[in-house]
Amino acid sequence: MYKYDEYDQAMVDARVEEFRDQTRRRIEGHLSEDQFKPLRLKNGLYLQLHAYMLRVAVPYGTLNSRQMRKLAHIARKYDRGYGHFTTRQNIQYNWIKLAEAPDILAELATVEMHAIQTSGESIRNLSADHYAGAAPDEICDPRPWAELIRQATTFHPEFSYLPRKFKIAVIAAQEDRAALRWHDCALRIVKNETGEKGFEVYAGGGMGRTPIIAFLIREFCPASQIFSYIQAILRVWNRHARRDNIHKQRMKILVHELGEDEFRRQVEMEFAHILTLGRDFPQAEYDRIAAHFEPPPFETGLPEEVDRSDPDFALWVDRQVAAHKAPGYAIVNISLKPDGGIAGDISAEQMDLVADLAERYSFDDLRSTHVQNLVLPHVRKRDLHAVWQALDAAGLASVNLGLVTDIIACPGLDYCSLANARSIPVAQQIAERFADLNRQLDLGELKIKISGCINACGHHHAAHIGILGVDRKGTENYQLLLGGSGTEDVSQAKITGPGFDETGIVDAVERTIERYREIREPGERFLDCYRRVGMDPFKEAIYG
Amino acid sequence: MGDPLRFRDDPAPDEPGVTLDAFLDQKNATSVLLEAGDDVRALLPELGRVRLVEIDFPRFRDGRGFSSASILREAGYEGEIRAIGDVLVDLLFFMRRCGFDSFEPDEPFDPGAVDAALHRYPDVYQSATDGRVPIWALRHPQCATG
Repeated sequence: MYKYDEYDQAMVDARVEEFRDQTRRRIEGHLSEDQFKPLRLKNGLYLQLHAYMLRVAVPYGTLNSRQMRKLAHIARKYDRGYGHFTTRQNIQYNWIKLAEAPDILAELATVEMHAIQTSGESIRNLSADHYAGAAPDEICDPRPWAELIRQATTFHPEFSYLPRKFKIAVIAAQEDRAALRWHDCALRIVKNETGEKGFEVYAGGGMGRTPIIAFLIREFCPASQIFSYIQAILRVWNRHARRDNIHKQRMKILVHELGEDEFRRQVEMEFAHILTLGRDFPQAEYDRIAAHFEPPPFETGLPEEVDRSDPDFALWVDRQVAAHKAPGYAIVNISLKPDGGIAGDISAEQMDLVADLAERYSFDDLRSTHVQNLVLPHVRKRDLHAVWQALDAAGLASVNLGLVTDIIACPGLDYCSLANARSIPVAQQIAERFADLNRQLDLGELKIKISGCINACGHHHAAHIGILGVDRKGTENYQLLLGGSGTEDVSQAKITGPGFDETGIVDAVERTIERYREIREPGERFLDCYRRVGMDPFKEAIYG
Repeated sequence: MGDPLRFRDDPAPDEPGVTLDAFLDQKNATSVLLEAGDDVRALLPELGRVRLVEIDFPRFRDGRGFSSASILREAGYEGEIRAIGDVLVDLLFFMRRCGFDSFEPDEPFDPGAVDAALHRYPDVYQSATDGRVPIWALRHPQCATG
């Protein structure tokens, strides 16, 4: 993975000192909370219901063991012994003291980590395919480009105060594991007819209160010009977005108002101009970065067969292990959705264990996913049993990847100051209702996603079955949505009808799923069944 | 309000900026005031007579002025660009990089904070209109810096 050089380190260290200074000015009363708020938000520090929350960047979801151990240390020393992986592959700490935040950033800087641009109206931390470098279906590792774009968009002077947040995702595979087209700027590395690598570019996606799937703005942008193209998109948006209503300032709204063709025309004009400025990074810099992402020294001649004599292990292998590009290796998915647990939460002890496993079994490489799970990307098949045993002993061997209990849930009203309703208890009750693994396996791929307010951090618009918590006359109320997808068959979920209380929503989910079981064709996923029959059979089951 | 904080050696223009529409009408005007929503490119054909462009920040979170200043410098404008309005010292570094070279904030800056803000970061990751050598070029001195 990427290693900082003295330049990268100096930038991160400078940020720590800047934030230390800003925090001091706030504590001493030289900055009002109004003035401090946008400054702390540029450093991932939110003021939540009970405490400050610090969001730490995990660029393109890649971590090494040293970093993970530092995250564990921070959880122990500055928080309550745990952290929470988010739907943008980052990690959040929920119980932070303002005065200690600069110290945490200083600790992070010692392991080449930071909280730069993890919140606020900025170019956010990039997300990427969590199987990058391991997936059989990728045309290259997308992370060198993600790192290049990370550097290019860090402290970009012109885009320091954007109309709203701006999210970029990068993948290089056919299968979309990164919810690509739900981003403001979605990049897929492709090859053109001459074999040249470049980017398929989508723009104007986003969730929130106005969900929009990004449109294809350019079929092919030469790789060497991608930074210019991103700047062109950003400039058109920065100049022309509304500034009078925070709910109408995301780029998707401007695209919608201008129309795709007019937005593209303006971006192309700006792109032609920006290209003349010579701002793109040279090939030599790409090569320098890419050298950090060379494939690890995979052994050859490894056995392919896995001893499946332990039935619990075999179940885990069948669900949690994915095919790897290198013979004899496999990708291990670690579920952070244990029975009765909180989606994405992980204790300091578990972090340490995962760090040990990454170091020992996965070339010191581990990943966070937007589904709030972790990945050991490069495990020898012959080590799978040992890895499983260690995970199992730590409560990390749940079998539910892509199943009904692999629920995405935002922190909701248990933590978040924006939330209207709790997400965590609803996720827990659904997981409890469907705890029987045979039932889950019978239902097959089924993605439930829960947001505690219309900001949609829980990705409910992209859920097969989505739940949106709202405030209805002072009580928590939950709307049910069906038919969304965050993968290459992207679609937006639709609301079924009137909402439910907390118990009612769990019942409604179960009735939806039972109707699916009655009407599905052999082998048909819930999503495909919904697409075939439409909303009505489900409404009938839910509302009678 | 006192004298603006300037990073230029020439005498400060004393003509107050007029609105963009008025400037385009008054062919002898040399100072213009751009509101956040104005299209800076309307000014480009007239750059020859411009000595001062004031760019207003109605709220410091309104970042349109960053693009306006950048576009002026990219078009070759070498006169003064002054940030006025709700300008925070924490933005100074980015504003200098976008081509602002004078500042007249509603709330005067603390002089110590100005120096800290300008010198906080040892280097920059990307080229901008200030001509600073980006980190990638420091890493590869053989590559032209564009």
